Amino acid sequence: MTSLVKHILGITLLIFSFAISAADEVELDLRQISQQLVGAKLKALPVIIKQFETGGEVALPMLDAMLKGRLFIRKSDKLIVVGERQENGDYALMDALSAESLTALPKKQLKKVKVNNRLRMQLRDIIARVTLFSADPDIRESAVRNMLNKTSKDNIAMLEQAKNVETDSSVMKLIDLALAINVLTTSDIQAERLSALEIMDGSLEPIVFNTLSTLLAQDDAGNNLEADKVVREKALKLKNSIQQEIDFYELMEKLFFGLSLGSVLLLAATGLAITFGVMGVLNMAHGELIMIGAYTAYVVQLLMPNTLEYSILVAIPAAFLVAGAVGVLIQRGVIRFLHGRPLETLLATFGISLILQQAVRSIFSPLNRQVVSPSWLSGSWELNPIFSLTYNRLYILFFALLVFFILQLVLKRTSLGLNVRAVSQNRGMAKAIGVRTEWVDAMTFGLGSGIAGIAGVALSQLTNVGPNLGQAYIIDSFMVVVFGGVGNLWGTLVGAFSLGMLNKFLEPVTGAVLANIVILVSIILFIQKRPRGLFPQKGRAAE
Amino acid sequence: MSTIRNQFSSLHDLREKAPIFLAVLFGTTIYASVCNLWVPEESIFHVTTYTITLLGKYLCYALLALSVDVVWGYCGILSLGHGAFFALGGYTMGMYLMRQVGDRGVYGDPLLPDFMVFLDWQELPWFWHGFDQFWVAMLAMILVPGLLAFVFGWLAFRSRVAGVYLSIMTQALTYALMLAFFRNEMGFGGNNGLTDFKDILGFNLQSDNVRVALFLCSAVVLALAYCLSLLIMSSRFGRVILGVRDAENRARFIGFKTENYKVSLFVYSAILAAIAGALYVPQVGIINPGEFSPLNSIEVVVWVAVGGRGTLYGAIVGALLVNYAKTRFTAVFPEAWLFALGALFVSVTIFLPQGLMGLIKDKRSVTGKLFFWRKGRKPEEEIV
Repeated sequence: MTSLVKHILGITLLIFSFAISAADEVELDLRQISQQLVGAKLKALPVIIKQFETGGEVALPMLDAMLKGRLFIRKSDKLIVVGERQENGDYALMDALSAESLTALPKKQLKKVKVNNRLRMQLRDIIARVTLFSADPDIRESAVRNMLNKTSKDNIAMLEQAKNVETDSSVMKLIDLALAINVLTTSDIQAERLSALEIMDGSLEPIVFNTLSTLLAQDDAGNNLEADKVVREKALKLKNSIQQEIDFYELMEKLFFGLSLGSVLLLAATGLAITFGVMGVLNMAHGELIMIGAYTAYVVQLLMPNTLEYSILVAIPAAFLVAGAVGVLIQRGVIRFLHGRPLETLLATFGISLILQQAVRSIFSPLNRQVVSPSWLSGSWELNPIFSLTYNRLYILFFALLVFFILQLVLKRTSLGLNVRAVSQNRGMAKAIGVRTEWVDAMTFGLGSGIAGIAGVALSQLTNVGPNLGQAYIIDSFMVVVFGGVGNLWGTLVGAFSLGMLNKFLEPVTGAVLANIVILVSIILFIQKRPRGLFPQKGRAAE
Repeated sequence: MSTIRNQFSSLHDLREKAPIFLAVLFGTTIYASVCNLWVPEESIFHVTTYTITLLGKYLCYALLALSVDVVWGYCGILSLGHGAFFALGGYTMGMYLMRQVGDRGVYGDPLLPDFMVFLDWQELPWFWHGFDQFWVAMLAMILVPGLLAFVFGWLAFRSRVAGVYLSIMTQALTYALMLAFFRNEMGFGGNNGLTDFKDILGFNLQSDNVRVALFLCSAVVLALAYCLSLLIMSSRFGRVILGVRDAENRARFIGFKTENYKVSLFVYSAILAAIAGALYVPQVGIINPGEFSPLNSIEVVVWVAVGGRGTLYGAIVGALLVNYAKTRFTAVFPEAWLFALGALFVSVTIFLPQGLMGLIKDKRSVTGKLFFWRKGRKPEEEIV
């Protein structure tokens, strides 16, 4: 029995060794080349590095590490290793070729392989060429993209070679583009250049636009640098059409950023719209409830380190509960006693916000914490080379709308919502027909605070989490609520998105700070015209 | 009959309250000054220049608190933006002091302040002209915050913005100004503000005599502001203001143009705050955009709340007490100060709505006051 096992083991090992022997050979070659790095002078390095190209993808990690200055020589046995600094100052090591982990060493026992800028350029070129023949089309695509503006003779030859074996259509297009740019800039034959321009038509790669701009440039005397008139005219036409498209996508980008800012404002302001709009209580600790939500996301992430992908989904209800509980506590502990004294409520809740901020600073330290985005939230959706939407902003936009509509449902379809609306319309009458106003107040406040907590989770995906995270939002949220009309959630929705848009469209003209100021001033002026906001609540209540 | 007329004459309050206040104020300031200048350093009665500067700073804060009490305590306008007027006053003084530096700056430019040389500016911006004259700076100190308060107040009160709306608007105002002053392009030194002052009216700012003079000056200005505010508040104007606080609509229906009263009071209060800022800057030696931060302004409100609003002297006592506590606290447990300040906000609003002065004025027992909510107490303000 045991002998049989031994046989099977032996055979599998044999098969494996055949399968990996080809790669092994390359590795062995590379190992020999790489050992030349030991003790080599900086001047000798370019020659050595050039040889790595034969190694293909196997050499990639090593080249990459060298480019980033993370390639070391272990002093004890002159092995080439990739090192990464750990928190305790030692370097975690792995073999540069086999990627096998080695024991960590202090810096003293390592010698860094030196790189200068010329070497870095050479390394980048080699990496680009090596990746050009990678098995993964995405890697090939980025390799071609890297070579777009480096059309040296070597690269062009390489691209032509790659074109013959390329199967993926989008990579193929990119290769054609690179070759066309090369033809346009180097060739003298008009027909060739015109067909090159044909290929470049409609491409939004920034390099195309730049190439056309240099082609159409004039010298100081106003003479065209490009002699060929036909080419010039065609290039101009092309450039104008590209410019139009760029303008269009820039507008789209601004719109998207405006919507994104609007969604953040909406999330932050919805909670305030409930506590202020429905209850008439201005909670200055609202921003700190947002912060608590963000810290909840951070803590949830610490608690489940192995499932970072889904921790954010757990964090949303957790933040709702935590912030909601804190809100109920604030309402029962402080605000209840200040009923009918709005200015005092404002002061007391401001005091609470100071306490919460300092508490967080004492517990978590004043430094910013980072909440890691799960992979499905990071990255961006690239529609074309100049226009892409980041997933986190996109998700937050939908999330904000979702929260808003769920809240509408809660207010319109549940008994709690009915009570909340009754109390907000006429407290005395509601009490008289048996609504427990105290309980409704606490629940309303908890609901508004819980939504602030959810807003915090969303914000943790956009910025770092720190004790001052919420501070900036109280004024903005208040502006949104006042602009939209107090007591009207739809007003808050419109207000949030219009302020977000306004901000993003002003920013390129005036700069971020001035845009903020302009908006503050214009809201103050707006309230002159419509003191009760865009959508005033109808009613007969005298002010 | 004469006593009744006496009580309603505007000088009555002044005769009644001012002497005690003035005696205490001048007694302590003169004592401290004498002990600083003429008592030898070895003596236990010696007061250090550091303490004099600190006390001078407190007096400026007291004046700021007074200005907030004038609008909040007497007219129900809770301004969370008085720090803006304070800082603007401070900046006008800072600009004058900056021009006084002349060619003694690090870069030695006779005309341009250091930060402008650093930013590679070629000429003085137009709004810096004339600030080498003290009277221009003083005029600007009154006009700039006064004008801002007038425009803001006129816009806000005319459209009947009141209550928390007004409070947040004032906070937004100071926040916007803070953002603006942080910008280098504004021409006020950006992040670092104005500092490294050398002298004022030709006297060296570092000398003990000048420090004591500034300290005494603050005391005199505080006393004047107190007396003037007392006079205003017990005049016919002041009584209309009280009417506006307690029932604005009624006052309006009787025929008073309440917004005019409110705007005038707001401007007066802003100018007081600006004077406080202008006195503050030469004593602490720096003014930067941090003074505009909303937290600073709201802290002032808590000084007034602690002392007791609507009394004037309550605001002064509150400012001195809280700031003394702050100096002590931040030296011993810097972490705990925000906890303490936060707790102060909450406890004062819940337990001491009339502040410490209310506690003293009220003959009822302290415990009766602490458990007021059990007695079904009526809210004191109109719901807005």
